[in-house]
Amino acid sequence: MSGGTYIVGDLSEDKIEMEPTREGFGRGLVEAGRRNGNIVALCADLTASTKMDMFAKEFPERFVQIGVAEQNLVTVASGMAAMGKIPFASSYAAFNPGRNWEQIRTTIALNDQPVKIVGSHAGLITGPDGATHQMLEDIALMRALPNMVVVVPGDSIEAEKATLALAEDPRPAYLRLARDKTPVFTSQRSPFSLKRAYVLTPGKDLTIVSTGTMTYHALTAAEKLYKDGIDTEVVHVPVIKPLDAVTILQSAQKTGIVVTIEEGQINGGLGGAVSELLGENHPVPIKRLGVNDRFGESGTPAELLDKFGLTAKHIAKSVHAFLTEQGRQ
Amino acid sequence: MVGKKADRTKLNKLTLPQLEAMASTLRQDIIKMLEEAGNGHSAGPLGLSDIFAALYFHVLKHDPKNPGWEERDLLILSNGHCVPVRYAAMANAGYFPKKELMTLRKLGSRLQGHPERTKLPGLETTSGPLGSGLSQAAGMALSLKMDQNHNRWVYCVMGDGELDEGNNWEAAMFVAKNKLYNLTAFIDRNNIQIDGPTESVMPLEDLKAKWEAFGWHVIEIDGHNMESIVDACSMARAIVEKPVVIIAHTIPGKGVPFMEYDFHWHGAPPDSQQAKEALNKLRTLGGKISGEHE
Repeated sequence: MSGGTYIVGDLSEDKIEMEPTREGFGRGLVEAGRRNGNIVALCADLTASTKMDMFAKEFPERFVQIGVAEQNLVTVASGMAAMGKIPFASSYAAFNPGRNWEQIRTTIALNDQPVKIVGSHAGLITGPDGATHQMLEDIALMRALPNMVVVVPGDSIEAEKATLALAEDPRPAYLRLARDKTPVFTSQRSPFSLKRAYVLTPGKDLTIVSTGTMTYHALTAAEKLYKDGIDTEVVHVPVIKPLDAVTILQSAQKTGIVVTIEEGQINGGLGGAVSELLGENHPVPIKRLGVNDRFGESGTPAELLDKFGLTAKHIAKSVHAFLTEQGRQ
Repeated sequence: MVGKKADRTKLNKLTLPQLEAMASTLRQDIIKMLEEAGNGHSAGPLGLSDIFAALYFHVLKHDPKNPGWEERDLLILSNGHCVPVRYAAMANAGYFPKKELMTLRKLGSRLQGHPERTKLPGLETTSGPLGSGLSQAAGMALSLKMDQNHNRWVYCVMGDGELDEGNNWEAAMFVAKNKLYNLTAFIDRNNIQIDGPTESVMPLEDLKAKWEAFGWHVIEIDGHNMESIVDACSMARAIVEKPVVIIAHTIPGKGVPFMEYDFHWHGAPPDSQQAKEALNKLRTLGGKISGEHE
């Protein structure tokens, strides 16, 4: 797939549209509600923050206010799913699935009910709220669960598509969303499937596997690297589980060296998932960028991405160091 | 709407003496199952046998030959470790052959140590980790209310020890807020939990006042008096302003004298000698009549 059909033409910071992924979720949920009367929405006292307010306004009879009770949030949702509803249950990711993981495990994953767990304000770019609210372990928590689908949209348009796709999918799922405005690098015409990872820019020297809003930074890093003579293939992974092994392995076989980028713990996160895949099927040198076994802290999203080495400049620098270490330049 | 006579035609209601005999049958099946399994929980299932006889053979609208019947009532067992009593009731009701009870807790069995919905038709959820049943029952009752389906009822059986879990109290607030009149909760008030008496591990009293403060109507009954159980269920259907919780005072290990009141039997099975003695007590109603097979 060529980049042109998937991503917008101009990625420069002053040109690109900015919108939080949660906004796309809010739009998608309303549309899903219009299409299917069985869609219900439950929220733990964060209706505006998680952008469920749009659904609540249009379908008040299908909106369930739970209060600050995340264990009840997912277990009520499980009961509703048992009656044929398709529940979307939202809160901040630190609490949902952070606080209610056992209830999700038993009453949704093992019980195999199609509840969609929506964790907003995930990742470092939650910003000034600090480490308590910057959920970094959610991908690891959720991808360990059998039956669970794990989706991390790259931008608001993809979040909207993911929401609509999950509304029609019979499996339990986790949808990871971010608070901060992030670049909208896909377009309405870009493909999205719960089965796929996508090669956004083809390259031959190096593979960057990226998820969520970090993919924008991976793309801009790839532009810098191209100017440095490194032809980088960026593979965007909006669905971490089940992982599109074919696309990732094909790329690794082509380039022979892989860097993963995510805005969360690399242990158990995307970095963990890709390492497991490559380790078993096609071992190649791999470098995982993200948060390495520490918590976040207060700061603006831009300051935090800079501090944790996740801006295009830092990514390009890390890639150079890795290539040098591996004797590839 | 409430008051309209529900279609309960699929229900084969037993009379009170028949229900009492059924409760004894369930207890005997529980002893045999646990002896065969070699592990599992004795006290709770024996204590709940009267309530489960009443539910499966008088109260619930259900069809053992069609477990997915769309008009059935829903029964959530929150304290999943008590599932032997549910399996025994289901087998006696005709959901599956009674001989399958002997597969409890064994590899490949549909009768998992704690109930799994996806394994055995007729189970409404997967439970065991405590404190999450009431909120699932609430989700079911709310869905029925949303759909304006007033012809089905949701029952939730909880243990008393599991009320230590905060999830229950989140659910208690939620059910009261939404006035889920179509949900009836049972609390198996047997006063024991794994580490000892509930009132020493983590006091629950004044339990009635707690539930009333949360906006519930409370009915207290003797959980071994069949007429009280059936009456309480009828009364719960007539109270529409508030959700109803039936606090059923029970004796852990009920029917087997050496198990009664002893918290050590919470998570232990009888060995073969103990099972023989237990079955003898159950068959002879504690020595009042002569046993058929002794």
